Amino acid sequence: MRAKLAWFAAFFKVSIWRVVFAAILLSGLAGLSMRFIYGLGGATNLTDSFPWGLWKGFNVVAGIGLGAGGFTVAATVHVFNLKRYRPILRIALLTAFLGYAFMAVALMVDIGRPYRIWHPVVMWGEHSVLFEVAWCVILYLNVLALELAPAICERFGWRKLLGGVSAISAPVVIFGVILSTLHQSSLGSLFLILPEKLYPLWYTPLLPVFFFVSAICAGLSMVIIASWQGKRALGKELELPVLEGLGRALAVVLMIYQCGRFLDLQDRGALRLLLQNRTETWLFGLETALLLVPMLLLFQRRVRNRPGRLYACALMVILGFIANRLNVTVTGLEASSGVHYVPKWSEVSVTLSMVALAFAVFRFTAQHFPIFDERRPRAPIFAEEEVPAGVG
Amino acid sequence: MPQAILYDSTLCIGCKACEGACAEHWHLPYNDKVAAEPRLSAHKLTAIQTFGEHYSRRLCMHCAEPACASVCLVGAFQKTALGPVVYDEDKCIGCRYCMLACPFQVPVYEWSSRLPRVRKCDMCYARLKAGKPTACAEACPTGATTCGDRDALVAEARRRLADKPGSYYPRIYGLQEVGGTSTLFLSAVPFEQIGLRTNLPTTPLPRLTWSVLSRTPDVATMAGVAMGGIYWITHRREEVAAAEGRARGGNRHAG
Repeated sequence: MRAKLAWFAAFFKVSIWRVVFAAILLSGLAGLSMRFIYGLGGATNLTDSFPWGLWKGFNVVAGIGLGAGGFTVAATVHVFNLKRYRPILRIALLTAFLGYAFMAVALMVDIGRPYRIWHPVVMWGEHSVLFEVAWCVILYLNVLALELAPAICERFGWRKLLGGVSAISAPVVIFGVILSTLHQSSLGSLFLILPEKLYPLWYTPLLPVFFFVSAICAGLSMVIIASWQGKRALGKELELPVLEGLGRALAVVLMIYQCGRFLDLQDRGALRLLLQNRTETWLFGLETALLLVPMLLLFQRRVRNRPGRLYACALMVILGFIANRLNVTVTGLEASSGVHYVPKWSEVSVTLSMVALAFAVFRFTAQHFPIFDERRPRAPIFAEEEVPAGVG
Repeated sequence: MPQAILYDSTLCIGCKACEGACAEHWHLPYNDKVAAEPRLSAHKLTAIQTFGEHYSRRLCMHCAEPACASVCLVGAFQKTALGPVVYDEDKCIGCRYCMLACPFQVPVYEWSSRLPRVRKCDMCYARLKAGKPTACAEACPTGATTCGDRDALVAEARRRLADKPGSYYPRIYGLQEVGGTSTLFLSAVPFEQIGLRTNLPTTPLPRLTWSVLSRTPDVATMAGVAMGGIYWITHRREEVAAAEGRARGGNRHAG
């Protein structure tokens, strides 16, 4: 009887999430239809005075940053040779791959003529930061695919191919680190051309440096969150000592970032802006608090050692990171644009759908591919499955 | 010879003949409703604005080093030798970075179109090439808008400032703004009072980006060398450790 109740409870819990998931996807589909039937004007609140909104700020600028865990952990494991982080490598790579892939999909929704997305490959605007970002992202998606290829090869038993991709792993990883360094910082350089438009709390010549450092924070936090989600959703074992180490690294990088930002504000004489009672001041305070609180907490072992608290800290960092990216791409530009931009429901619903889909694909991939269980006996995962056709 | 447009606000009577001529040139609908719109939009590439008793005009400034051209990742914008900044709609993917980057908020978008384009004044590039004046300059009944060789127009503007110092705010807008533009303004009052941005730097905006972007090869090389070097060191350590471990009887992995 109790077992039955538990089963009901489990089923009910799952159902609610499924209902929410379906609702998000349906609203996203509605938003997407509006986008392609009525154009960007019908589906967004963007105007000539405010040409970039939530889709650029969240899906593209923040989305790429959230995938920074891939190159960070890949460099830690392969270049710095810290082998104890190996168990989370594929989690980080998968998170990164999905972040970038969904960014690319979201970009197709945002740009006016999606069918021309390949244009930068042949039409070169080499003076454009966006051109550099586009090339880096295209190449890095391939790097991520190569880095994840071992998981696919293992899954289907392609031993020869596995040997091949493993042999070139070192140069591939290093290439990925170079590409990531370039485009994570370049996302900040995108806004260097707006000295009189972007509010001075955010506009600084050091934008590329800050974008790079904060992307590492976001990437590490995403790995912690993905590991935790994997444990909850799939019953995978949590690599607590490894995550504790990530938390430690996260605290240090956060401190570097915060110190750098305040020194820069002081150097530019912008600290006094914090005394003004303006929306920008409060938004800056919000993003700073969301990064400062987890930083202080993560310096304590009793926080890092409890998965729940670690997860909460990582979540705060993610929210602070997203707040920062939205401040730079959206809210920090409002005052100079002279208009007030609030995203339309369809912008929000499409964005939420992308996030929900990314979670779903992550879950599916983690269930069916050796992501969490690299180098462990794979029997528990594959015992019930039939041998896929074409193997042997 | 680089061409330019000179708009003298003190001569403008607000008749909006330039708006009508511009709309006709671009085959855009023009009526009283459009004429009443004070802003640039996909169907209005120049606009006469009223600020009290003064008029002002909005149109592409045709910067010497245009931000729109520098940020376009497919090179859809180009500063021509003749002066105009022109747009190639066949290249454009619709990322709208040009609109974000333009310090004058000039490029506008066809928001309601399913296959949208950016629209902006191109200083009647085709007409200039054929040796004709821009449509707006040709239509202007008072000479408030004139076009011609940029150096000659700058000299003309200076002459007007010298001749009637009482009627003019003693500066030429566009001479230094973002490194100079090919659209120049004269006004009776300070420029911010006729809706022009006066907080712009005198250095061309693309240089802010280029000073960082041009370092890309350096960053890539340094990152590659650093990563390769660290890889070599860390894996060397491992080899040494493994060798020592064997020498000590292989108890390294005992724990």
